Amino acid sequence: MMADQHAHSDEEDLGCVAFVELVTDYLEGALPDAEARRVEQHLGTCPGCTEYLEQLRAVAGSLKGLTDESFPPEMRDGVISDFRDSQKG
Amino acid sequence: MTMGFSGGQADDEALVAAVRGGDADAVASLVDRHSSAMIRVAMAYVPTRATAEETVQETWIAVLRGIDRFEGRSSLKTWIFRILTNVAMRAGPRERRSVPFSALAAREDSGEPTVDPDRFLPADHEHFGGHWLIMPTAWPTPEEGLLAGETRGVIATAIAGLPVAQRTVIALRDVEGWSSEEVCDALEISAGHQRVLLHRGRARVRQAIEDYHGAVVEIDYDAVTAQLMGETSREGD
Repeated sequence: MMADQHAHSDEEDLGCVAFVELVTDYLEGALPDAEARRVEQHLGTCPGCTEYLEQLRAVAGSLKGLTDESFPPEMRDGVISDFRDSQKG
Repeated sequence: MTMGFSGGQADDEALVAAVRGGDADAVASLVDRHSSAMIRVAMAYVPTRATAEETVQETWIAVLRGIDRFEGRSSLKTWIFRILTNVAMRAGPRERRSVPFSALAAREDSGEPTVDPDRFLPADHEHFGGHWLIMPTAWPTPEEGLLAGETRGVIATAIAGLPVAQRTVIALRDVEGWSSEEVCDALEISAGHQRVLLHRGRARVRQAIEDYHGAVVEIDYDAVTAQLMGETSREGD
């Protein structure tokens, strides 16, 4: 039971409010070792934060190719023909 | 000819050599690979999509005419985006808006919580201060992932509604698949600012998905406390 382990943790628990602001630094590997350990300790006891982490990870990992900001074809062709012209000169 | 350039140093050298040799296919491959991200970045500096497109066009012409000046001290991508930034900053003032990206980044780093504080118990709660009151619940994620079905539109709308620096960073990192170093180099921001913007952006997209699914569960902490404390805590009442 998560609350039981919260109450009996050796080190002071990070807390969920703090966790949700550290989650990106954690995913990016930007936390100092001691801080990362506190995050992992907290995750080991807190299903809510574990779900939150998984959701942010899902957001981060699933957006690839969501939208494409397409460069208008006539501009693209203009760039290439400008290049061709510059090669002649 | 299809060129499978992935952006490494050897690829840069081969690509630059091909462009210098007059290879129009190499130019097309370069333009197709980077223009989408260039439009995203240009949009952070100029007010309209049309100006962003013109900025990208002008950048390509400057890149291709100046390719002999590329010395390989940075990656080709970084070099291209530096030129883009210069072109965009020049284009900006004509349309009354041009702020360095780092200033936008600082402006959006409000330090405000990314999750509604009402979702947590107050810090002075007897047993569970600072813990979830209303937990995130698992999304009914289809096997194809978040981009399948209607969630795709929800996510696209959420990203479009982000403040510009957050939108640009999440688009480059998560939609275009850039590394954090590439984003920092192209936007000339610190690693710390990049992470703050990414964090705020992703948190808002997550919230939008949750709002869409509408499934959240409030924890009955009275029941949890009662279960934990059993008879002992009741004696103190």
